[in-house]
Amino acid sequence: MVNKRVGSAGEAVADIPDGATVMIGGFGKAGQPVELIDALLEHGAKDLVVVNNNAGNGTTGLAALIGAGQVRKMICSFPRQKDSQIFDERYRAGEIELEIVPQGNLAERIRAAGAGVGAFFTPTGFGTMLAEGKETREIDGRNYVLEYPIKADFALIKALKSDRRGNLVYRKTARNFGPIMAAAATTTIAQVDSVVELGELDPEAMVTPGIYVDRVLELPQDSVRMEGKAS
Amino acid sequence: MKLSRTEIAERLAGDFPDGAVVNLGIGLPTLVADYLPEDREIILHTENGMLGMGRAAAEDEIDGDLINAGKIPVTEPPGASYFHHADSFAMMRGGHIDYCVLGAYQVAINGDLANWHTGAPDAIPAVGGAMDLAIGAKHVYVMMDLFTKTGQCKIVEQCTYPLTGLGCVERIYTDMAIFELSEGQIRVLEIFADLDLAGLEEAMGLRLQDGLVAA
Repeated sequence: MVNKRVGSAGEAVADIPDGATVMIGGFGKAGQPVELIDALLEHGAKDLVVVNNNAGNGTTGLAALIGAGQVRKMICSFPRQKDSQIFDERYRAGEIELEIVPQGNLAERIRAAGAGVGAFFTPTGFGTMLAEGKETREIDGRNYVLEYPIKADFALIKALKSDRRGNLVYRKTARNFGPIMAAAATTTIAQVDSVVELGELDPEAMVTPGIYVDRVLELPQDSVRMEGKAS
Repeated sequence: MKLSRTEIAERLAGDFPDGAVVNLGIGLPTLVADYLPEDREIILHTENGMLGMGRAAAEDEIDGDLINAGKIPVTEPPGASYFHHADSFAMMRGGHIDYCVLGAYQVAINGDLANWHTGAPDAIPAVGGAMDLAIGAKHVYVMMDLFTKTGQCKIVEQCTYPLTGLGCVERIYTDMAIFELSEGQIRVLEIFADLDLAGLEEAMGLRLQDGLVAA
């Protein structure tokens, strides 16, 4: 019987090695799998390459992981925010590498990895410093830049509900990078509010089919969400 | 007289046709959402995966899972839809978004946009979705003050800041005037400042075409 449930956040992340590339879902705090990140912090894997839209907000979650010195490199679109002080400090001290990627290219590079696409031409960034040194091509009178997929060893994402096969549905704008990161990582770990019986989730409204998900961790979140002001 | 930022937002919001799909950039352009004409159905797209986004949430409506691109809590009116990030940016890149409104450091008369990076050596660059919007939306509008705080005109012959997109800006809504860019020329559509066309040309140091509609 397929059963992707794991018992604890610690167990879920226990095999993430030093030097792993880890995708972390979320846009700011919406969809950020805070408990899985906390477990990774405690687990202590270091020298990580982390893929996220941002580079941590405040002092918890991804910001705490960066603060603990476990992240060697960030791949993201928007590191600088009013509450990204932990990343800012490490970056200015030369203690963390940064690869800045336009957000749509970031999303499509992640999608391409999950879809088995070897590379793709995108108009985004053409003629800018973020395309310097990259191959370009004119197609039907428009200029494009060649971009390569971003794969990961692990993805840590957050969804609303799953079943034991790892089928996922999300909640509102907390969906963001979850579905594409799930497909792009060798091992995908989802934390969810609840794991329901097979058949309870509507197959017509399934967002991430379970084929992309390896482990699910049930962590009821209602209280957290309601006080959770996004910042 | 110059327009205030909310007055620019209100003026710009009035130019969207009924049924338009609009993406408002973070910062100043977000103000436009507060002035959308009530007699037209304008569908807001937000890069973090929502169409038909509602207004900013009131204190008792705040939901951490329901935010806009600026990470400000918003609401979910009837007819809204959610999707993942790759779909959201496919909507931009694929030419499905009718209008976007972006802020800018500089706009060149050929439509080049610079709005993501000052190029200062100690600056931490943050591009977000700006490059995708600049090349993806059918119509790219910029909303900004015409001059910097130190008196530099932000419409220039050639951008000196790092570029966001090439030849992409169509209109510029400023506190002093509205401009339209096409084929390397800049046309003034409306002036709010106490200046005539010649006075505006002199202040900006640029040759302007007369697109003013006689009052």
